[in-house]
Amino acid sequence: MSSTMRDGRPRSYFAIVTMAALGLLWTIPTLGLLVDSFRPRDESTTSGWWTALFNPFGTGWTFDNYSRALADGQIGGSFINSFVVAIPATIIPIMFAAFAAYAFTFMEFPGRDVLFIVIVAVLVVPIQVAFQPMLNLLGPNGLGISGQYIAVWLLHTGFGMPLAIYTLRNYMATLPKTIIESAKIDGATHYQTFWKLIVPMSVPALAAFGILQFLWTWNDLLVAKLFLNSSNTTVIVEVQGLLGTQGQGQELLTAAAFISFIVPMLVFFALQRFFVRGLTAGAVKG
Amino acid sequence: MSTAVADRPTASSPAPDGGSASQRPANPLKIVLGLVGVVVVVWAMANIFLAFAYYPDKFGSKAVIGGLAIIVGVGGAALFFYALNMFVEGLPGRASDRVIPYAFLLPGLGLLGLMLVYPAVQTINYSFANSDSTAYVGFDNFVSIFKNEDFQQSIFNNILWLIIVPTVVVAIGVVVAVLSDKLSETGEKVAKAFIFVPMAISFVGASAIWSIVYFYNNPGQVQIGLLNAIWTGLGGNPQTWLQASGFRLNSLLMMVILIWLQVGFAMILLSSAIKGVPEDTIEAARIDGATELQIFGQVVIPQIKGTIITVFITVVILVLKVFDIVYVLTNGRDKTNVIAVLFYNEAFANDQAGIAAAIVVILLLAVLPVLVYQVRHFRQEEMNR
Repeated sequence: MSSTMRDGRPRSYFAIVTMAALGLLWTIPTLGLLVDSFRPRDESTTSGWWTALFNPFGTGWTFDNYSRALADGQIGGSFINSFVVAIPATIIPIMFAAFAAYAFTFMEFPGRDVLFIVIVAVLVVPIQVAFQPMLNLLGPNGLGISGQYIAVWLLHTGFGMPLAIYTLRNYMATLPKTIIESAKIDGATHYQTFWKLIVPMSVPALAAFGILQFLWTWNDLLVAKLFLNSSNTTVIVEVQGLLGTQGQGQELLTAAAFISFIVPMLVFFALQRFFVRGLTAGAVKG
Repeated sequence: MSTAVADRPTASSPAPDGGSASQRPANPLKIVLGLVGVVVVVWAMANIFLAFAYYPDKFGSKAVIGGLAIIVGVGGAALFFYALNMFVEGLPGRASDRVIPYAFLLPGLGLLGLMLVYPAVQTINYSFANSDSTAYVGFDNFVSIFKNEDFQQSIFNNILWLIIVPTVVVAIGVVVAVLSDKLSETGEKVAKAFIFVPMAISFVGASAIWSIVYFYNNPGQVQIGLLNAIWTGLGGNPQTWLQASGFRLNSLLMMVILIWLQVGFAMILLSSAIKGVPEDTIEAARIDGATELQIFGQVVIPQIKGTIITVFITVVILVLKVFDIVYVLTNGRDKTNVIAVLFYNEAFANDQAGIAAAIVVILLLAVLPVLVYQVRHFRQEEMNR
């Protein structure tokens, strides 16, 4: 009955069956949307997506939904906007946080411990607190940048900062302090030590946070909805808009939704190794 | 460290205590260049972005503006640090050493303060003011939200979400982590990949996916939603699932979406914790005659407790501010409202700034215990470092 695997452990059929079932269960909902996005409207509104799988040759498979979604000025443009929002909103906080984490880890200064406790505390503050005051501050009666990319970059940088500093500092604390000291003896300034030693050594943690922040900023609805005008808005906001409407343009929803998650999925799977390593190094200690 | 010192025994190397740095005189050129640099970078960035906003036609296509915006944003941030550092390095030695930590902290902590700390204070301030924040009204906002049935409903729903979602996520996460550990190496990789695909999907995207699962057509028509197809296949009448508030079924169905999204994250952390459990503790229990279930409950679980709590707290924080799924799918109708959606509608649909701020203050009070726990947990860990 029980055989063994190549590495000598007994094969567990219970584990195989349960995991296969769970894997299937976790995939089916996404599969439904994917299948529907390749079907013409008259088919996807009159029969379930699974009928297309059981009868693949009787289905009018089409790229029409995708080509129409991308040709649609609003959705196509929002796809570009998502990149413009997410890339700087990922890189800028990493840079700012890395400098701060360096100061927290390798420098002695009055107020260091108190400031870091504040960061740990702010980790759990819901971003909802920021919306009304920030709309006033960035809006037409304040700085007048609400609606522009830069407003959203600044917000994402501020919101991402506690987690970024916290993770990076925890990672940098595991680096040997002696390296910093010898660099100092060699006459390197902090600025040089940071760029030439600490940044290269912190790549796993930087990448892990980077992936998280990219997913977060790409997938964000609230900040984009409130702080970007309609010509700068992201694909997530467009998909949300389509979800709210009935009828007209409804067939673009499945294609637009799939377009909206193809990028984070590619990023996630390409850099998964970093992500898992960085996440477990930061969160699981002892 | 000693090798690095030994490599450069020449007299020209500075004293090991960094003493030479503190005697370094001021460098006015660096101070001026640095200061001018900081000002110019900020000024130039502001103007370039205004140009993007006012004259989009001059730049050609959307993609050009996008590319330029990325370069200006990231490059500007780097130049800003460069200039700031030059300014600090130009200061006389001792002052420079004192100032440099704060220069490194300034941009990050400055934005954190501006985007989170200042608004938190301001929101508390608004919560005692009227609907357009022009006059103070005392505790009126709080009195009125606690009398509001929709608010009570939302609190109740948030508590349901808080109890159910983190618990189920951790439970499924543990099961998946344990079972995938028993698969072959390839089997484990494949199984895990399927489960964490949803991690990359947005709440909005997930709502789109599940709105197809929960789709309703009138009786007699073909059911194109999976759940109704199965339900009618079993002989039931088609249901408008997201309007079915009996036993809070509609809320539960939306919780399923969040659980589906979060199990991957729980699995990653729990799986690596389980792999970290020393094999000999399990062997010892096995020799003592413990069953697999006993080993799991009494040997494995206690050793991964820390990770379980980490995952639980992370999901709790996420659930407290759950917004997108409910906003997109029901907008709080049919007894599904939650605090974050209620806040959004009061603030931006009803223009009730005071009421909305009071709701956020309640949310802040709700996270307070988690905050205290986090800080204490952090302190403990620092002591063990």
